[in-house]
Amino acid sequence: MTAISARKPRSMKRARQISSCIYHVLVVLFGFGMLYPLLWMIAASFKPNTEIFTSVSSLIPKTFTFENYITGWRGFSGLSFAVFFKNSFVISVIGTIGSVFAAAVVAFGFARLRFRGRNVWFTLMILTMMLPSQVMMIPQFVLYNKMGWVGTILPLTVPHFFGGGFNIFMVMQFIRGIPRDMDEAAVIDGCNWYMIFLRIILPLIIPSLVTVAVLTFIGSWGDFMGALLYLNKPQLYTVAYALKLFSDASYTDFGATFAMSVLSLIPILILFFFFQRQLVEGISTQGLKG
Amino acid sequence: MRSIRQTLEKESVAGYMFILPIIIGLIVFTAIPFFTSLYLAFTEYDMLTAPKWVGVDNFVKMFTKDKLFWKSFWVTFKFAIIQVPIKLLVSLGVALVLSRNSKAIPVYRATFYIPSLMGGSVAVALMWKQLFAYNGPINNIFSVLGIAPVRWLNDVSTALGVLIGLGIWQFGSSMLIFLAALKNVPASYHEAAIVDGASPVRRFFAIVLPMITPVFFFNLVNQTISAFQAFNSSYLITSGKPLNSTLYYGVHLYNRAFTFSEMGYGSAMAWFMLLVIAFFTALIFKSSNAWVYYESEVK
Repeated sequence: MTAISARKPRSMKRARQISSCIYHVLVVLFGFGMLYPLLWMIAASFKPNTEIFTSVSSLIPKTFTFENYITGWRGFSGLSFAVFFKNSFVISVIGTIGSVFAAAVVAFGFARLRFRGRNVWFTLMILTMMLPSQVMMIPQFVLYNKMGWVGTILPLTVPHFFGGGFNIFMVMQFIRGIPRDMDEAAVIDGCNWYMIFLRIILPLIIPSLVTVAVLTFIGSWGDFMGALLYLNKPQLYTVAYALKLFSDASYTDFGATFAMSVLSLIPILILFFFFQRQLVEGISTQGLKG
Repeated sequence: MRSIRQTLEKESVAGYMFILPIIIGLIVFTAIPFFTSLYLAFTEYDMLTAPKWVGVDNFVKMFTKDKLFWKSFWVTFKFAIIQVPIKLLVSLGVALVLSRNSKAIPVYRATFYIPSLMGGSVAVALMWKQLFAYNGPINNIFSVLGIAPVRWLNDVSTALGVLIGLGIWQFGSSMLIFLAALKNVPASYHEAAIVDGASPVRRFFAIVLPMITPVFFFNLVNQTISAFQAFNSSYLITSGKPLNSTLYYGVHLYNRAFTFSEMGYGSAMAWFMLLVIAFFTALIFKSSNAWVYYESEVK
């Protein structure tokens, strides 16, 4: 390969280098444009309020300050953002545990066991995945209200233990790739279905469960609608919801709002950097299921 | 005791034990609300007194009396019909640009995906609002370029555009799906076409495009369904203003149901939305015979 390219005229090699260079410059410029809004917000969170709208589009603060983070962290109605972050963590972690549990158990049932009615339930699950969430919003609210769940974190966590059609489907695809010989050998050794699940399948499907966990956590962390509907006490507010109320209350203190906004995105960014591969795979398979 | 254990170990029983969570979920959190919602659509219900049967009154009110109903429907329709095609074309375009071999690709991919990762987060909505504020950075950049500032969020002609822009900016996840599909196009097809002297443009239209139509179809259905259900950007950025020009159907529904406690009317609105979404999904499915190509069919 090198021998061939070395024999090629220098001008051609040069032309290719230039075109590759132009490609990278253009993509980087476009990428910078894409990230500019976020970078601007981060920069603004370190600018004093007087500077945010005077040197507006600049990405480098003239005076660098942590003041916004300090005033922002104080929060509102006597509750600091520490409380809201804790709430978001609790809700997202419970929801994530629920989703991982449901996805692992149900996917195994659908993928490995043969029983009457399996296809009916599977079809129902797939069909309801298409159901618009806003159709369910009112009756679910009525239901949770009757159960006394409104004003608690239960509506935001419990359903995760009993749902997640897409997650289940994704883990099922993963289980289908595991050879059945292992199950059969285990049966001969006297294992029942529960032992097969716990000892053989569960350890093997952990990569797909990590994807489920990351996707659920990110979704749960950012969920605004659920908090808007169900959390009616400031002590329960999640970061997403508190941020909206905070921005309404401190309308002129943009710096503090931006500072808390930046903080609210950090957990998602951390997960993204650590689990980028799983996340990208999870989202890519979404498209390949159809 | 032994017999219980033996029963539990039978495949048919064990099967139901494993899928029990989804059965409970489908009944309690899906079927019951689904049918309750259908019933509520024909009632007047304020959550305090028992639902009162009113027949099709809610639907009559919706179609003939509630001006904001048609307004919000039209806004949502416009939002979907402009945002979805642009978003799909941009994500496919960027995916094509990124489908080459280079060490920098994963970094680029992550960069373009980050806005989508933040999704409908409140932080991003608040940021977008200030970005397009009258004294915000976009107008500042405009003034540097010698363009007059625009009242983005207070002008009927631009406000919805700003929200559409936010949606398009988050093209990352459909881009990832396109990228995965592009990788699945066998290299041998390209090689064969190159040998036959096909130009890159010709190769795109004759090989790549037909092979990714199933994924295009998936993205189209997905994006259409979620565009019709949009809520956050309108609720958080404009609150439907100015003059209701950004009042999404979902926000109007939320206001009627939860601000004015008209649960029956809200349910009727939700069912109308379900039918509209079903109609458009069916339309896309029906048309897909003409343009979605499944490789196995030809063999």
